[in-house]
Amino acid sequence: MQNLYELEKSLVDIKKPEFRPGDTVRVHLKIIEGAKERIQVFQGVVIAINLKMNRSTFVVRKISAGGFGVERILPLYSPSIDHVEIVRRGRVRRAKLYYLRDRIGKSARIREKMNV
Amino acid sequence: MIKGLIGKKVGMTQVHDEQGRVVPVTVLEVGPCVVTQVKTSEHDGYNAVQVGLVEENTPRKLSKAEVGHLGKSQIAPMRHLREFRLNEASDAKVGDQLSATVFEKTDKLTVTGTSRGKGFQGVIRRHGFGGGRMTHGSNFKRAPGSIGQCATPSRVFPGKKMPGQMGNKRVTVRNLEVVEIIEDKNLILVKGAVPGSKGGIVTIRKS
Repeated sequence: MQNLYELEKSLVDIKKPEFRPGDTVRVHLKIIEGAKERIQVFQGVVIAINLKMNRSTFVVRKISAGGFGVERILPLYSPSIDHVEIVRRGRVRRAKLYYLRDRIGKSARIREKMNV
Repeated sequence: MIKGLIGKKVGMTQVHDEQGRVVPVTVLEVGPCVVTQVKTSEHDGYNAVQVGLVEENTPRKLSKAEVGHLGKSQIAPMRHLREFRLNEASDAKVGDQLSATVFEKTDKLTVTGTSRGKGFQGVIRRHGFGGGRMTHGSNFKRAPGSIGQCATPSRVFPGKKMPGQMGNKRVTVRNLEVVEIIEDKNLILVKGAVPGSKGGIVTIRKS
């Protein structure tokens, strides 16, 4: 039987993402409305990256205008992601920043990473 | 034309469609298969093609009948044979090689396999019964409850849902969409799930 791993590797162009957990990013998403296509931007902190070949995802968390936390799980190699722009590099000490969910305001800040 | 082939389930993964949506797919390795026998209505009473699955290892344990059947048409021993009925006589010949090219992207496929065995299971897991409460002095818990009445009919109806073997049974899934055909690797990706475990033998037909 053939190897599923080899196939998954060949399905998309697998490369490591430029951004890391803790970074603030602007994700430019292609939205199709009827016949028209437009770009929608989702800005927030990357709180997790799950690397699983073509099934890789990343989680972006932002605080909406109403003060609610909004998270989007986005496929890393999705064709509907136009590009990801890095706004700010964050200095964090773990790979998954789920603790940010329990924090609000000042304690939910992330230090900026200098001299990258 | 030949309407089906034997294959192996490789596993599941996901792909993106044109709109960027994620599509769950099952990867099936089809064939390579060889035509082992052609049945015609004059000779056998109906039209069909029997195909065998070519595997990396040649099987050692085949019955004499199987060896004799394949030896008649000078074909290497193979474990898995399936027959596909045809409406009219086909132009296929014994020894013809078949691969993923039998299928087209517009086809809807029917996949038959053996489901994963779950052993002897109770009525809650096997038939989705509600069961009783677990606490407060319950004597009911996961029991099936009453399975019939007293004087009338004074028997249990055949087919009553009861505990028993679950899974390891022939299961067919119909009308699966073909998402992609990778000819050089002999793989097809179909949308959705397919019965059986990874490496399980499946029969793939055009529906």
